[in-house]
Amino acid sequence: MENKSIDVHNITVSYSGAPVLWDVDFELPTGVLAGIIGPNGSGKTTLLKTIMNIVKPVSGNVKVFDSNIDKVRNRIAYVPQRESVDWQFPISVMEVVLMGRYSGKNLFKRTTKADKEIAREALESVRMLEFKDRQISELSGGQQQRVFIARALAQKADLYFMDEPFAGVDMATEKTILEILLKLKDEGKTVLLVHHDLRTVREFFDYTILLNTRLVAAGKTAEVLTEENLNSAYGARLTLLEEVGKEIKKKDFPLREKDFDDK
Amino acid sequence: MNEWIFDIWTIITASTVACTSAILGSFLVLRKKAMVGDAISHSVLPGIVLAYIVSESRASWVMLIGAAVFGVLTNIIIEFLNKKAKMNADASIGITFTWLFAIGVILLAYFTEGGIDLDQECVLFGEISMINLDKVLVDGNLYLGPYAFWFIFPVFIIVLAFVVFGFKGLKITSFNEDYAASLGIRNGFWNYALMSLVSLSTVMSFESVGAILVVGFLVIPPASAYLLTKRLIPMIVLGCVFGILSSIIGFYFAKSFNLSISGCIVCATGIIFLVNLIYSIIRDRSRKNISIAQ
Ligand SMILES: Nc1ncnc2c1ncn2[C@@H]1O[C@H](COP(=O)(O)OP(=O)(O)O)[C@@H](O)[C@H]1O
Ligand SMILES: [Mg+2]
Repeated sequence: MENKSIDVHNITVSYSGAPVLWDVDFELPTGVLAGIIGPNGSGKTTLLKTIMNIVKPVSGNVKVFDSNIDKVRNRIAYVPQRESVDWQFPISVMEVVLMGRYSGKNLFKRTTKADKEIAREALESVRMLEFKDRQISELSGGQQQRVFIARALAQKADLYFMDEPFAGVDMATEKTILEILLKLKDEGKTVLLVHHDLRTVREFFDYTILLNTRLVAAGKTAEVLTEENLNSAYGARLTLLEEVGKEIKKKDFPLREKDFDDK
Repeated sequence: MNEWIFDIWTIITASTVACTSAILGSFLVLRKKAMVGDAISHSVLPGIVLAYIVSESRASWVMLIGAAVFGVLTNIIIEFLNKKAKMNADASIGITFTWLFAIGVILLAYFTEGGIDLDQECVLFGEISMINLDKVLVDGNLYLGPYAFWFIFPVFIIVLAFVVFGFKGLKITSFNEDYAASLGIRNGFWNYALMSLVSLSTVMSFESVGAILVVGFLVIPPASAYLLTKRLIPMIVLGCVFGILSSIIGFYFAKSFNLSISGCIVCATGIIFLVNLIYSIIRDRSRKNISIAQ
Protein backbone atom coordinates (compact mmCIF):
# COMPACT_ATOMS: atom_id res chain seq x y z
CA MET A 1 0.00 0.00 0.00
CA GLU A 2 1.36 3.43 -0.90
CA ASN A 3 0.87 6.44 1.32
CA LYS A 4 -0.06 4.57 4.44
CA SER A 5 -1.64 6.67 7.17
CA ILE A 6 -1.85 3.90 9.76
CA ASP A 7 -0.06 0.59 9.94
CA VAL A 8 -1.22 -1.59 12.81
CA HIS A 9 1.03 -4.59 13.15
CA ASN A 10 -0.14 -7.61 15.17
CA ILE A 11 -1.20 -5.75 18.27
CA THR A 12 -2.52 -7.50 21.34
CA VAL A 13 -3.85 -5.42 24.23
CA SER A 14 -5.04 -6.43 27.67
CA TYR A 15 -5.99 -4.25 30.63
CA SER A 16 -5.74 -6.75 33.43
CA GLY A 17 -7.51 -9.94 32.48
CA ALA A 18 -8.30 -11.42 29.11
CA PRO A 19 -7.08 -9.64 25.97
CA VAL A 20 -9.30 -6.87 24.68
CA LEU A 21 -7.60 -6.88 21.30
CA TRP A 22 -6.04 -10.01 19.92
CA ASP A 23 -3.46 -9.96 17.15
CA VAL A 24 -5.05 -7.12 15.21
CA ASP A 25 -3.32 -6.26 11.97
CA PHE A 26 -4.36 -3.86 9.21
CA GLU A 27 -3.27 -0.88 7.14
CA LEU A 28 -5.06 2.26 6.11
CA PRO A 29 -4.21 4.53 3.17
CA THR A 30 -4.32 8.32 3.41
CA GLY A 31 -7.22 10.42 2.23
CA VAL A 32 -10.02 8.05 3.22
CA LEU A 33 -13.00 7.97 5.53
CA ALA A 34 -12.69 4.77 7.51
CA GLY A 35 -15.04 3.29 10.07
CA ILE A 36 -14.35 0.94 12.95
CA ILE A 37 -17.43 -1.08 13.73
CA GLY A 38 -18.11 -3.89 16.14
CA PRO A 39 -20.35 -4.74 19.10
CA ASN A 40 -20.08 -3.02 22.49
CA GLY A 41 -16.93 -3.98 24.33
CA SER A 42 -15.30 -5.31 21.18
CA GLY A 43 -12.25 -3.07 21.68
CA LYS A 44 -12.98 -0.18 19.30
CA THR A 45 -12.05 2.56 21.77
CA THR A 46 -9.04 0.54 22.86
CA LEU A 47 -7.90 0.24 19.25
CA LEU A 48 -7.98 4.02 18.77
CA LYS A 49 -6.13 4.57 22.02
CA THR A 50 -3.53 1.97 21.14
CA ILE A 51 -2.88 3.58 17.77
CA MET A 52 -2.25 6.87 19.62
CA ASN A 53 -0.16 5.03 22.23
CA ILE A 54 -2.42 6.19 25.06
CA VAL A 55 -2.82 2.51 25.85
CA LYS A 56 0.32 0.40 25.49
CA PRO A 57 -0.02 -2.89 23.63
CA VAL A 58 1.28 -6.11 25.16
CA SER A 59 2.81 -6.98 21.82
CA GLY A 60 2.88 -5.66 18.29
CA ASN A 61 3.51 -2.14 17.09
CA VAL A 62 1.86 0.75 15.32
CA LYS A 63 3.19 3.20 12.75
CA VAL A 64 1.44 6.42 11.85
CA PHE A 65 2.57 8.15 8.66
CA ASP A 66 5.43 5.64 8.60
CA SER A 67 6.87 6.81 11.88
CA ASN A 68 6.55 6.55 15.61
CA ILE A 69 3.38 8.30 16.78
CA ASP A 70 5.36 10.61 19.07
CA LYS A 71 7.03 12.15 16.03
CA VAL A 72 3.74 12.97 14.31
CA ARG A 73 1.50 14.04 17.18
CA ASN A 74 1.13 17.48 15.62
CA ARG A 75 -0.51 15.77 12.63
CA ILE A 76 -3.21 13.87 14.51
CA ALA A 77 -6.42 14.98 16.22
CA TYR A 78 -8.73 13.14 18.60
CA VAL A 79 -12.39 13.28 19.61
CA PRO A 80 -12.75 11.05 22.69
CA GLN A 81 -15.87 9.05 23.44
CA ARG A 82 -18.41 11.28 25.21
CA GLU A 83 -18.62 8.95 28.23
CA SER A 84 -14.99 9.72 29.03
CA VAL A 85 -15.62 13.47 29.41
CA ASP A 86 -16.44 15.16 32.73
CA TRP A 87 -19.28 17.40 31.56
CA GLN A 88 -19.55 19.13 34.95
CA PHE A 89 -16.00 20.45 34.73
CA PRO A 90 -15.94 24.25 35.18
CA ILE A 91 -14.83 25.13 31.67
CA SER A 92 -16.30 27.11 28.77
CA VAL A 93 -16.82 26.06 25.18
CA MET A 94 -14.05 28.39 24.01
CA GLU A 95 -11.59 27.04 26.58
CA VAL A 96 -12.28 23.49 25.41
CA VAL A 97 -11.68 24.37 21.76
CA LEU A 98 -8.48 26.26 22.63
CA MET A 99 -7.10 23.01 24.04
CA GLY A 100 -6.87 21.91 20.43
CA ARG A 101 -3.98 24.35 20.19
CA TYR A 102 -2.08 22.89 23.16
CA SER A 103 0.88 20.61 22.68
CA GLY A 104 3.57 19.05 24.79
CA LYS A 105 5.85 21.91 23.74
CA ASN A 106 3.78 25.07 24.11
CA LEU A 107 2.21 24.25 27.47
CA PHE A 108 4.12 26.94 29.33
CA LYS A 109 3.51 29.62 26.72
CA ARG A 110 0.55 31.93 26.50
CA THR A 111 -2.23 31.21 24.06
CA THR A 112 -1.63 33.39 21.03
CA LYS A 113 -4.01 35.56 19.03
CA ALA A 114 -3.59 33.22 16.08
CA ASP A 115 -4.66 30.28 18.26
CA LYS A 116 -7.76 32.17 19.34
CA GLU A 117 -8.60 32.97 15.75
CA ILE A 118 -8.25 29.31 14.74
CA ALA A 119 -10.49 28.28 17.64
CA ARG A 120 -13.13 30.80 16.56
CA GLU A 121 -13.05 29.50 13.01
CA ALA A 122 -13.40 25.92 14.23
CA LEU A 123 -16.42 26.90 16.33
CA GLU A 124 -17.89 28.77 13.41
CA SER A 125 -17.55 25.73 11.16
CA VAL A 126 -19.65 23.63 13.55
CA ARG A 127 -22.05 26.56 14.07
CA MET A 128 -21.30 26.90 17.76
CA LEU A 129 -19.62 30.30 17.93
CA GLU A 130 -22.58 31.96 19.60
CA PHE A 131 -22.26 29.47 22.48
CA LYS A 132 -18.56 30.11 23.08
CA ASP A 133 -19.00 31.39 26.64
CA ARG A 134 -21.32 28.63 27.81
CA GLN A 135 -20.19 26.03 30.26
CA ILE A 136 -20.15 22.63 28.55
CA SER A 137 -22.87 21.16 30.78
CA GLU A 138 -25.26 23.84 29.52
CA LEU A 139 -25.34 22.36 26.02
CA SER A 140 -27.42 19.63 24.43
CA GLY A 141 -25.78 16.33 23.52
CA GLY A 142 -25.43 17.34 19.88
CA GLN A 143 -23.92 20.69 20.77
CA GLN A 144 -21.45 19.04 23.12
CA GLN A 145 -20.32 16.69 20.38
CA ARG A 146 -19.91 19.60 17.96
CA VAL A 147 -17.69 21.42 20.47
CA PHE A 148 -15.41 18.42 20.73
CA ILE A 149 -15.26 18.13 16.97
CA ALA A 150 -14.39 21.82 16.79
CA ARG A 151 -11.54 21.14 19.20
CA ALA A 152 -10.22 18.43 16.88
CA LEU A 153 -10.60 20.75 13.86
CA ALA A 154 -8.63 23.42 15.71
CA GLN A 155 -5.73 20.98 15.78
CA LYS A 156 -5.37 21.38 12.01
CA ALA A 157 -4.31 17.76 11.68
CA ASP A 158 -3.94 15.35 8.77
CA LEU A 159 -5.38 12.33 10.55
CA TYR A 160 -8.51 12.46 12.73
CA PHE A 161 -9.55 9.87 15.27
CA MET A 162 -13.17 10.17 16.34
CA ASP A 163 -14.78 7.88 18.89
CA GLU A 164 -18.53 7.64 18.27
CA PRO A 165 -19.02 11.26 17.19
CA PHE A 166 -22.62 10.45 16.22
CA ALA A 167 -23.60 9.07 19.62
CA GLY A 168 -26.50 10.94 21.23
CA VAL A 169 -26.71 13.71 18.64
CA ASP A 170 -29.70 15.34 16.98
CA MET A 171 -30.47 15.31 13.28
CA ALA A 172 -28.98 18.75 12.57
CA THR A 173 -25.73 17.78 14.26
CA GLU A 174 -25.56 14.51 12.39
CA LYS A 175 -25.81 16.43 9.15
CA THR A 176 -23.17 18.95 10.23
CA ILE A 177 -20.76 16.21 11.25
CA LEU A 178 -21.22 14.32 8.00
CA GLU A 179 -20.56 17.50 6.03
CA ILE A 180 -17.39 18.07 8.02
CA LEU A 181 -16.20 14.52 7.44
CA LEU A 182 -16.73 14.81 3.71
CA LYS A 183 -15.01 18.17 3.63
CA LEU A 184 -12.00 16.77 5.47
CA LYS A 185 -11.82 13.97 2.95
CA ASP A 186 -11.99 16.48 0.10
CA GLU A 187 -9.02 18.24 1.61
CA GLY A 188 -7.11 14.98 1.47
CA LYS A 189 -7.28 14.28 5.20
CA THR A 190 -7.78 10.86 6.71
CA VAL A 191 -10.55 10.17 9.24
CA LEU A 192 -10.87 7.02 11.30
CA LEU A 193 -14.04 6.88 13.35
CA VAL A 194 -15.88 4.47 15.56
CA HIS A 195 -19.42 4.21 14.36
CA HIS A 196 -22.60 2.21 14.81
CA ASP A 197 -24.96 2.99 12.00
CA LEU A 198 -24.27 0.52 9.19
CA ARG A 199 -26.38 2.54 6.78
CA THR A 200 -24.07 5.57 6.86
CA VAL A 201 -21.04 3.30 6.83
CA ARG A 202 -22.20 1.77 3.55
CA GLU A 203 -23.04 5.13 2.09
CA PHE A 204 -20.09 7.29 3.06
CA PHE A 205 -17.15 5.24 4.29
CA ASP A 206 -14.44 4.03 1.93
CA TYR A 207 -12.81 1.68 4.37
CA THR A 208 -14.21 -0.43 7.17
CA ILE A 209 -12.55 -2.24 10.02
CA LEU A 210 -14.80 -4.87 11.54
CA LEU A 211 -13.73 -5.76 15.03
CA ASN A 212 -14.65 -8.20 17.75
CA THR A 213 -11.53 -8.48 19.91
CA ARG A 214 -10.01 -10.14 16.88
CA LEU A 215 -10.03 -8.42 13.53
CA VAL A 216 -12.95 -9.88 11.61
CA ALA A 217 -12.17 -8.05 8.38
CA ALA A 218 -10.57 -4.84 7.15
CA GLY A 219 -10.57 -3.28 3.72
CA LYS A 220 -12.90 -1.58 1.25
CA THR A 221 -16.33 -1.21 2.80
CA ALA A 222 -18.22 -3.21 0.18
CA GLU A 223 -15.84 -6.13 0.58
CA VAL A 224 -15.92 -6.04 4.37
CA LEU A 225 -19.62 -5.64 5.04
CA THR A 226 -20.73 -9.03 3.84
CA GLU A 227 -23.44 -11.02 5.54
CA GLU A 228 -20.87 -13.58 6.58
CA ASN A 229 -18.48 -11.07 8.15
CA LEU A 230 -21.27 -9.26 9.97
CA ASN A 231 -22.58 -12.48 11.38
CA SER A 232 -19.18 -13.48 12.60
CA ALA A 233 -18.71 -10.09 14.30
CA TYR A 234 -22.16 -9.64 15.76
CA GLY A 235 -23.69 -13.09 15.68
CA ALA A 236 -27.20 -13.42 14.39
CA ARG A 237 -28.36 -10.41 16.41
CA LEU A 238 -27.22 -7.96 13.81
CA THR A 239 -29.52 -8.88 11.01
CA LEU A 240 -32.35 -8.35 13.47
CA LEU A 241 -30.97 -4.97 14.50
CA GLU A 242 -30.70 -3.89 10.92
CA GLU A 243 -34.31 -4.86 10.27
CA VAL A 244 -35.42 -2.81 13.27
CA GLY A 245 -33.31 0.05 12.00
CA LYS A 246 -35.00 -0.04 8.65
CA GLU A 247 -38.44 -0.06 10.26
CA ILE A 248 -37.60 2.92 12.39
CA LYS A 249 -36.26 4.76 9.41
CA LYS A 250 -39.39 4.06 7.41
CA LYS A 251 -41.69 5.41 10.10
CA ASP A 252 -39.32 8.25 10.89
CA PHE A 253 -39.65 7.40 14.53
CA PRO A 254 -38.84 10.42 16.74
CA LEU A 255 -36.05 8.63 18.55
CA ARG A 256 -33.65 11.48 18.46
CA GLU A 257 -33.02 13.97 21.13
CA LYS A 258 -34.54 17.40 20.57
CA ASP A 259 -32.02 20.10 20.09
CA PHE A 260 -33.48 22.47 22.60
CA ASP A 261 -31.16 25.36 22.00
CA ASP A 262 -31.40 25.34 18.24
CA LYS A 263 -34.99 26.39 17.89
CA MET B 1 2.52 44.45 72.56
CA ASN B 2 -1.10 44.89 71.59
CA GLU B 3 -3.10 41.71 71.61
CA TRP B 4 -4.93 42.55 68.39
CA ILE B 5 -1.68 42.29 66.47
CA PHE B 6 -1.42 38.68 67.55
CA ASP B 7 -5.00 38.12 66.51
CA ILE B 8 -4.36 39.58 63.10
CA TRP B 9 -1.28 37.43 62.62
CA THR B 10 -3.18 34.31 63.58
CA ILE B 11 -5.81 35.14 60.96
CA ILE B 12 -3.17 35.95 58.35
CA THR B 13 -1.41 32.65 58.99
CA ALA B 14 -4.63 30.66 58.78
CA SER B 15 -5.57 32.53 55.61
CA THR B 16 -2.23 31.73 54.00
CA VAL B 17 -2.76 28.04 54.67
CA ALA B 18 -6.33 28.44 53.40
CA CYS B 19 -5.23 29.94 50.09
CA THR B 20 -2.43 27.43 49.53
CA SER B 21 -4.86 24.61 50.21
CA ALA B 22 -7.72 26.06 48.15
CA ILE B 23 -5.49 26.49 45.09
CA LEU B 24 -4.26 22.89 45.22
CA GLY B 25 -7.55 21.52 46.53
CA SER B 26 -9.48 22.90 43.55
CA PHE B 27 -7.53 20.56 41.29
CA LEU B 28 -7.87 17.67 43.72
CA VAL B 29 -11.65 18.10 43.79
CA LEU B 30 -11.80 18.23 39.98
CA ARG B 31 -9.57 15.18 39.68
CA LYS B 32 -11.78 13.35 42.21
CA LYS B 33 -8.86 12.95 44.55
CA ALA B 34 -10.13 15.14 47.37
CA MET B 35 -9.27 12.54 50.00
CA VAL B 36 -5.57 12.64 49.25
CA GLY B 37 -5.01 15.34 51.88
CA ASP B 38 -6.68 13.22 54.53
CA ALA B 39 -4.64 10.22 53.42
CA ILE B 40 -1.39 12.15 53.73
CA SER B 41 -2.25 13.40 57.20
CA HIS B 42 -2.31 9.77 58.34
CA SER B 43 0.30 8.13 56.17
CA VAL B 44 3.13 10.44 57.19
CA LEU B 45 3.17 8.98 60.70
CA PRO B 46 5.73 6.23 59.98
CA GLY B 47 7.91 8.86 58.34
CA ILE B 48 7.88 10.93 61.49
CA VAL B 49 8.69 7.96 63.72
CA LEU B 50 11.45 6.71 61.43
CA ALA B 51 12.98 10.16 61.17
CA TYR B 52 13.11 10.24 64.94
CA ILE B 53 14.60 6.78 65.22
CA VAL B 54 17.26 7.47 62.63
CA SER B 55 18.27 10.92 63.80
CA GLU B 56 17.43 10.57 67.49
CA SER B 57 16.42 14.16 67.28
CA ARG B 58 13.16 15.76 68.11
CA ALA B 59 13.87 18.81 66.03
CA SER B 60 10.77 19.46 64.03
CA TRP B 61 12.55 19.92 60.72
CA VAL B 62 13.95 16.37 60.89
CA MET B 63 10.48 15.01 61.40
CA LEU B 64 9.18 17.20 58.60
CA ILE B 65 11.65 15.60 56.23
CA GLY B 66 10.47 12.17 57.32
CA ALA B 67 6.87 13.26 56.84
CA ALA B 68 7.57 14.79 53.43
CA VAL B 69 9.28 11.61 52.23
CA PHE B 70 6.27 9.56 53.27
CA GLY B 71 3.90 12.10 51.74
CA VAL B 72 5.55 11.57 48.37
CA LEU B 73 5.72 7.81 48.95
CA THR B 74 1.97 7.85 49.64
CA ASN B 75 1.38 9.35 46.22
CA ILE B 76 3.63 6.86 44.52
CA ILE B 77 1.78 3.92 46.10
CA ILE B 78 -1.63 5.44 45.32
CA GLU B 79 -0.61 6.01 41.69
CA PHE B 80 0.79 2.51 41.43
CA LEU B 81 -2.39 0.90 42.76
CA ASN B 82 -4.54 3.14 40.59
CA LYS B 83 -2.69 2.97 37.30
CA LYS B 84 -0.72 -0.27 37.36
CA ALA B 85 -2.90 -2.49 39.55
CA LYS B 86 -6.10 -0.95 38.12
CA MET B 87 -7.74 -0.20 41.48
CA ASN B 88 -10.31 2.59 41.75
CA ALA B 89 -8.90 5.90 42.93
CA ASP B 90 -10.84 5.75 46.22
CA ALA B 91 -9.77 2.17 46.97
CA SER B 92 -6.15 3.03 46.17
CA ILE B 93 -6.24 5.95 48.57
CA GLY B 94 -8.03 3.95 51.27
CA ILE B 95 -5.61 1.03 51.15
CA THR B 96 -2.52 3.20 51.11
CA PHE B 97 -3.16 5.44 54.06
CA THR B 98 -4.70 2.91 56.44
CA TRP B 99 -1.79 0.58 55.80
CA LEU B 100 0.89 3.23 56.28
CA PHE B 101 -0.87 4.63 59.33
CA ALA B 102 -1.00 1.13 60.86
CA ILE B 103 2.74 0.74 60.32
CA GLY B 104 3.22 4.10 61.99
CA VAL B 105 1.14 3.07 64.99
CA ILE B 106 3.13 -0.16 65.39
CA LEU B 107 6.46 1.65 65.11
CA LEU B 108 5.33 4.25 67.59
CA ALA B 109 4.11 1.68 70.10
CA TYR B 110 7.29 -0.36 69.77
CA PHE B 111 9.68 2.52 70.25
CA THR B 112 7.78 4.39 72.93
CA GLU B 113 7.80 1.15 74.91
CA GLY B 114 11.55 1.32 74.86
CA GLY B 115 11.28 4.48 76.90
CA ILE B 116 11.54 6.96 74.08
CA ASP B 117 9.31 9.90 74.49
CA LEU B 118 7.92 10.75 71.07
CA ASP B 119 4.71 12.60 70.88
CA GLN B 120 3.14 12.40 67.44
CA GLU B 121 0.94 15.29 68.38
CA CYS B 122 3.91 17.61 68.36
CA VAL B 123 4.03 17.24 64.60
CA LEU B 124 0.62 16.18 63.45
CA PHE B 125 -1.69 18.15 65.62
CA GLY B 126 -0.31 21.59 65.98
CA GLU B 127 -2.77 24.17 67.22
CA ILE B 128 -2.95 27.51 65.61
CA SER B 129 -3.58 29.31 68.89
CA MET B 130 0.00 28.51 69.90
CA ILE B 131 1.76 30.02 66.92
CA ASN B 132 2.31 33.40 68.56
CA LEU B 133 4.59 31.83 71.14
CA ASP B 134 7.24 31.60 68.41
CA LYS B 135 7.78 35.14 67.26
CA VAL B 136 10.01 36.59 64.62
CA LEU B 137 11.54 39.70 66.14
CA VAL B 138 14.04 41.98 64.49
CA ASP B 139 16.40 43.94 66.78
CA GLY B 140 14.50 42.56 69.70
CA ASN B 141 11.42 44.68 69.19
CA LEU B 142 10.25 44.89 65.57
CA TYR B 143 7.60 42.21 65.38
CA LEU B 144 7.37 40.47 62.00
CA GLY B 145 4.71 37.92 62.76
CA PRO B 146 4.87 34.39 64.03
CA TYR B 147 7.53 31.93 62.96
CA ALA B 148 4.77 29.68 61.56
CA PHE B 149 3.74 32.30 59.03
CA TRP B 150 7.24 32.63 57.60
CA PHE B 151 7.43 28.88 57.44
CA ILE B 152 4.24 28.61 55.39
CA PHE B 153 4.46 31.71 53.25
CA PRO B 154 7.22 30.39 50.89
CA VAL B 155 5.09 27.30 50.28
CA PHE B 156 2.22 29.55 49.28
CA ILE B 157 4.48 31.39 46.81
CA ILE B 158 5.75 28.12 45.31
CA VAL B 159 2.22 26.79 44.91
CA LEU B 160 0.99 30.04 43.40
CA ALA B 161 3.88 30.11 40.91
CA PHE B 162 3.32 26.48 39.97
CA VAL B 163 -0.36 27.04 39.25
CA VAL B 164 0.20 30.30 37.36
CA PHE B 165 2.92 28.90 35.11
CA GLY B 166 1.51 25.40 34.86
CA PHE B 167 -2.11 26.44 34.49
CA LYS B 168 -2.66 25.03 30.99
CA GLY B 169 -1.04 21.73 31.87
CA LEU B 170 -3.01 21.37 35.09
CA LYS B 171 -6.24 22.31 33.39
CA ILE B 172 -6.00 19.92 30.46
CA THR B 173 -4.73 16.96 32.48
CA SER B 174 -7.49 17.47 35.06
CA PHE B 175 -10.18 17.77 32.41
CA ASN B 176 -9.34 15.17 29.80
CA GLU B 177 -6.38 12.83 30.44
CA ASP B 178 -6.72 10.78 27.28
CA TYR B 179 -6.94 13.86 25.12
CA ALA B 180 -3.89 15.36 26.82
CA ALA B 181 -2.00 12.14 26.16
CA SER B 182 -2.97 12.28 22.48
CA LEU B 183 -1.31 15.71 22.30
CA GLY B 184 1.86 14.31 23.80
CA ILE B 185 1.31 15.92 27.20
CA ARG B 186 2.66 13.87 30.08
CA ASN B 187 -0.12 13.23 32.56
CA GLY B 188 2.26 11.50 34.94
CA PHE B 189 4.45 14.56 35.29
CA TRP B 190 1.52 16.85 36.09
CA ASN B 191 -0.01 14.43 38.50
CA TYR B 192 3.21 13.93 40.47
CA ALA B 193 4.01 17.62 40.45
CA LEU B 194 0.58 18.43 41.87
CA MET B 195 0.62 15.62 44.41
CA SER B 196 4.14 16.46 45.59
CA LEU B 197 3.06 20.02 46.25
CA VAL B 198 0.01 18.75 48.12
CA SER B 199 2.33 16.63 50.27
CA LEU B 200 4.72 19.49 50.84
CA SER B 201 2.07 22.02 51.76
CA THR B 202 0.09 19.71 54.04
CA VAL B 203 3.16 18.53 55.88
CA MET B 204 4.51 22.07 56.25
CA SER B 205 1.20 23.28 57.61
CA PHE B 206 0.56 20.44 60.03
CA GLU B 207 2.93 21.61 62.67
CA SER B 208 1.71 25.14 62.83
CA VAL B 209 -2.01 24.91 62.27
CA GLY B 210 -2.94 21.26 62.74
CA ALA B 211 -3.89 18.48 60.37
CA ILE B 212 -7.64 18.94 60.65
CA LEU B 213 -7.42 22.52 59.48
CA VAL B 214 -5.22 21.71 56.49
CA VAL B 215 -7.30 18.76 55.35
CA GLY B 216 -10.48 20.79 55.80
CA PHE B 217 -9.09 23.72 53.82
CA LEU B 218 -8.00 21.40 51.04
CA VAL B 219 -11.49 20.11 50.34
CA ILE B 220 -14.32 22.19 51.76
CA PRO B 221 -13.72 25.70 50.35
CA PRO B 222 -13.00 24.41 46.80
CA ALA B 223 -16.09 22.21 47.00
CA SER B 224 -18.15 25.27 48.03
CA ALA B 225 -16.71 27.26 45.15
CA TYR B 226 -17.42 24.42 42.73
CA LEU B 227 -21.12 24.77 43.55
CA LEU B 228 -21.17 28.44 42.69
CA THR B 229 -19.10 28.92 39.58
CA LYS B 230 -18.69 27.52 36.10
CA ARG B 231 -15.11 28.56 35.46
CA LEU B 232 -11.86 27.30 36.84
CA ILE B 233 -10.15 30.56 37.82
CA PRO B 234 -13.21 31.95 39.65
CA MET B 235 -13.47 28.59 41.39
CA ILE B 236 -9.91 28.87 42.69
CA VAL B 237 -10.34 32.52 43.72
CA LEU B 238 -13.65 31.85 45.44
CA GLY B 239 -12.09 28.89 47.24
CA CYS B 240 -9.47 31.26 48.64
CA VAL B 241 -12.12 33.81 49.61
CA PHE B 242 -14.16 31.18 51.45
CA GLY B 243 -11.04 29.97 53.22
CA ILE B 244 -10.14 33.49 54.38
CA LEU B 245 -13.71 34.19 55.43
CA SER B 246 -13.78 30.97 57.46
CA SER B 247 -10.52 31.94 59.15
CA ILE B 248 -11.93 35.29 60.26
CA ILE B 249 -15.31 34.00 61.38
CA GLY B 250 -13.86 30.89 63.03
CA PHE B 251 -11.19 32.85 64.84
CA TYR B 252 -13.51 35.40 66.42
CA PHE B 253 -16.10 32.80 67.26
CA ALA B 254 -13.47 30.69 69.01
CA LYS B 255 -12.14 33.72 70.84
CA SER B 256 -15.56 34.83 72.07
CA PHE B 257 -16.51 31.41 73.39
CA ASN B 258 -13.03 30.25 74.32
CA LEU B 259 -13.07 27.29 71.95
CA SER B 260 -10.47 25.60 69.74
CA ILE B 261 -9.56 27.98 66.92
CA SER B 262 -8.74 25.24 64.39
CA GLY B 263 -11.99 23.48 65.21
CA CYS B 264 -14.06 26.63 64.82
CA ILE B 265 -12.42 27.56 61.52
CA VAL B 266 -13.14 24.12 60.04
CA CYS B 267 -16.73 24.39 61.31
CA ALA B 268 -16.99 27.76 59.59
CA THR B 269 -15.88 26.22 56.26
CA GLY B 270 -18.58 23.60 56.74
CA ILE B 271 -21.25 26.22 57.41
CA ILE B 272 -20.21 28.22 54.35
CA PHE B 273 -20.44 25.03 52.33
CA LEU B 274 -23.94 24.37 53.66
CA VAL B 275 -25.11 27.88 52.76
CA ASN B 276 -23.72 27.45 49.25
CA LEU B 277 -25.31 24.04 48.90
CA ILE B 278 -28.75 25.34 49.87
CA TYR B 279 -28.31 28.31 47.55
CA SER B 280 -27.29 26.10 44.62
CA ILE B 281 -30.22 23.72 45.18
CA ILE B 282 -32.70 26.64 45.20
CA ARG B 283 -31.00 28.14 42.15
CA ASP B 284 -31.13 24.91 40.15
CA ARG B 285 -34.73 24.35 41.09
CA SER B 286 -35.82 27.82 40.00
CA ARG B 287 -33.88 27.38 36.75
CA LYS B 288 -35.70 24.17 36.08
CA ASN B 289 -39.02 25.90 36.71
CA ILE B 290 -38.16 28.66 34.29
CA SER B 291 -37.21 26.21 31.55
CA ILE B 292 -40.42 24.25 32.12
CA ALA B 293 -42.45 27.46 31.99
CA GLN B 294 -40.94 28.33 28.64
N1 LIG C 1 -9.42 1.22 31.43
C1 LIG C 1 -9.90 -0.04 31.37
N2 LIG C 1 -9.57 -0.92 32.34
C2 LIG C 1 -10.03 -2.20 32.28
N3 LIG C 1 -10.82 -2.69 31.32
C3 LIG C 1 -11.17 -1.85 30.32
C4 LIG C 1 -10.74 -0.49 30.30
N4 LIG C 1 -11.24 0.10 29.20
C5 LIG C 1 -11.97 -0.84 28.57
N5 LIG C 1 -11.93 -2.02 29.24
C6 LIG C 1 -12.58 -3.28 28.81
O1 LIG C 1 -12.07 -3.61 27.56
C7 LIG C 1 -13.09 -4.07 26.70
C8 LIG C 1 -13.12 -3.25 25.42
O2 LIG C 1 -13.47 -1.92 25.73
P1 LIG C 1 -13.58 -0.78 24.65
O3 LIG C 1 -12.32 -0.70 23.91
O4 LIG C 1 -14.03 0.44 25.37
O5 LIG C 1 -14.74 -1.35 23.73
P2 LIG C 1 -15.73 -0.58 22.74
O6 LIG C 1 -15.21 0.80 22.53
O7 LIG C 1 -15.70 -1.40 21.50
O8 LIG C 1 -17.07 -0.60 23.37
C9 LIG C 1 -14.38 -4.00 27.49
O9 LIG C 1 -14.68 -5.29 27.97
C10 LIG C 1 -14.06 -3.07 28.61
O10 LIG C 1 -14.79 -3.43 29.77
MG1 LIG D 1 -16.00 2.64 22.94
